[in-house]
Amino acid sequence: MRLTIIAILVSLTIISCSTGGDGGDPYEATPSPLVIPQLFQDKLIDPVIPADNPQTVEGIALGRKLFFDPILSGDGTQSCSTCHNPENAFTDPRQFSVGIDGSIGTRNSMPIFNVAWNFNELFFWDGRATSVEDQAFGPVVNPVEMKNTWPNAVASLQADSEYPDLFLAAFGTSTIDSTMVTKAIAQFERTLISANSKFDKYTRGEVELTPSELNGLNVFLDEGRGDCFHCHGNPNSPLWTDNIFHNNGLDASFTDRGRGMVTGDPREFGQFKSPSLRNLAYTAPYMHDGRFATLEEVINHYSEGLVYSETIDPLMKTVSAGGVHLTEQDKADLKAFLLSLSDPSFISNPDFQDPN
Amino acid sequence: MKKIALFAMIAMVAMSCNNDDDNSSTPVNVDFLFTHNWDGSAIENSDFEVIQYTNAHGEELSLSKLVYLISDITFTNANGDVYDAGDYNLVNVREETNLMFTPNIQVPPGDYTVSFTFGFDDEDNIDGVYQDLNSADGGWNVPMMLGGGYHYMRMEGKFIDNTAAEVGYAYHAIRAADASTTPITLQDTSFEVNLGTVTIANNTEIEVKMNVAEWYDNPHEWDLNILHTVLMPNFDAQVMMSENGATVFSKGAVTQN
Ligand code: HEC
Ligand code: HEC
Repeated sequence: MRLTIIAILVSLTIISCSTGGDGGDPYEATPSPLVIPQLFQDKLIDPVIPADNPQTVEGIALGRKLFFDPILSGDGTQSCSTCHNPENAFTDPRQFSVGIDGSIGTRNSMPIFNVAWNFNELFFWDGRATSVEDQAFGPVVNPVEMKNTWPNAVASLQADSEYPDLFLAAFGTSTIDSTMVTKAIAQFERTLISANSKFDKYTRGEVELTPSELNGLNVFLDEGRGDCFHCHGNPNSPLWTDNIFHNNGLDASFTDRGRGMVTGDPREFGQFKSPSLRNLAYTAPYMHDGRFATLEEVINHYSEGLVYSETIDPLMKTVSAGGVHLTEQDKADLKAFLLSLSDPSFISNPDFQDPN
Repeated sequence: MKKIALFAMIAMVAMSCNNDDDNSSTPVNVDFLFTHNWDGSAIENSDFEVIQYTNAHGEELSLSKLVYLISDITFTNANGDVYDAGDYNLVNVREETNLMFTPNIQVPPGDYTVSFTFGFDDEDNIDGVYQDLNSADGGWNVPMMLGGGYHYMRMEGKFIDNTAAEVGYAYHAIRAADASTTPITLQDTSFEVNLGTVTIANNTEIEVKMNVAEWYDNPHEWDLNILHTVLMPNFDAQVMMSENGATVFSKGAVTQN
């Protein structure tokens, strides 16, 4: 017992020493905790925010400026927003994005929203990035995208008339490095929250769905028809994705091995991350290679276009007949339901537009 | 630095003192280790996606996913005292997550009958209320049109059907639901697993073994050719899964470290 008291005393001493001891608190920008939509608060676990990159007013503002600023690219012509346009729920309406030197990528850009609720924290179609911060290192130096080097990008920011002060305000130092750049961008990206679609309003009891949308929801949830919910969420899991990798039967053989290229595991060849079905109204074309221009094509794929390959997901049914062959009515209703997941207030949110 | 070392030493001394004082009657936590086998051969991550098992009916099959929910681990002693934390655990065999689970309850050392529920019984199977389950695996939920609540198990893979084709299967266990009646007919198909008597002491770990082959046998020899998909809305299939489940789990090693 006496020993315990001594231990407590000693530890108290240590704690008080370390707070007062080394002269001056570390710089802290103005906290700006994520505003979590009530729906997510009710249904989901907390968003992922790394302890070493808390949301701050200054960090978010800096990240937003960087996201829309072509200064990060090799020749000053391309920003993140070139391929992640707010109007398109932060993706690119082109099938393949074009880099600064005209190179064309092989994958469709991805929308950016609700990234803090990607609990697995695997980003890109193949999950090769392991956090929002980590992801942001990639595009700046990707030869088919912004084709810069980090030392060069950092030097451009350092030489700029505004950025050193903005980094000082956000991180307490005007000596810029790539880690701070990615942290600021990640803070901005975490604010890109979409939770106000027609369907969200329906869940909140504010609006009714049409009979067609309601039947579409049933098709989506019916294991014998759409059975989409085992990968793309459900009304109680309103992210509308599992953020897991699957082969949804697009091809008999793969030109792009997807997840399998990252892990080297042949069991994962041809798997890609299930995208969220929010905001489909703005995110065409669809799939990792943007092969489908319309939702009709997507629905036809699942209904009768499935193709067998060794890693195809077991949930893809009646593959030998191309799928379960939905009726035309069910297809139209499924489409109507999918569109009810789009959120106009997300793409028009003034906080998400170009500040420059 | 020296201070921290001193503190650590004192703290260690203090803790070991505590342990010596009261080791025999202080309530303790109990750890559960979930292991999986096919008729005795251990199932590891590398066993997934390999067509290597043959079920009682004779179909060759693979596993691609095996995730299941257990709840209400309960300790009952000879006096009839019942200790039940009322919590739950979602085991993901392929991803090897939550293979170890410690219910949030402490029990006085002694002999107990240990049991748990496979899935959620009706009392716990409340639609949408568990945020961690809503967030797991893209939503562990059962659609409202099937009565809502949560999956008990998702077992998926491929099998060779009677035309020699490789076909996907989705053996999903939920509360049995017949949506063709008004109102919907629901039957609680979760079931209690009794592991028998275990002596609980400080640091007891109980292995719970799942023999996956038993899902396909005893009392119902499962024919995947007929029952491989759309099993969630199939009331009779759910009842059969529940009955087959009775022989799936058993107590493995009990260790006291
Ligand atoms: C030239 C077009 C282009 C530019 C510029 C670009 N991206 Fe991307 N972005 C893409 C493409 C294409 C993908 C998908 C690539 C893949 O999966 O391999 C992607 C994927 C992403 C993802 C993954 C989303 C998810 O859910 O997994 C994020 C986040 C992202 N980009 C953010 C950024 C940021 C931040 C910048 C600026 C630093 C940026 N992008 C610049 C084209 C671009
Ligand atoms: C086995 C899991 C799984 C099931 C079941 C599933 N999907 Fe998908 N879905 C995916 C994956 C994985 C992708 C991305 C595939 C790729 O690009 O290679 C995808 C892509 C999509 C896309 C394209 C989105 C975009 O932004 O590019 C839509 C739309 C879609 N699915 C709708 C549906 C509908 C509707 C159903 C039910 C009929 C369904 N999915 C069933 C896994 C699934």
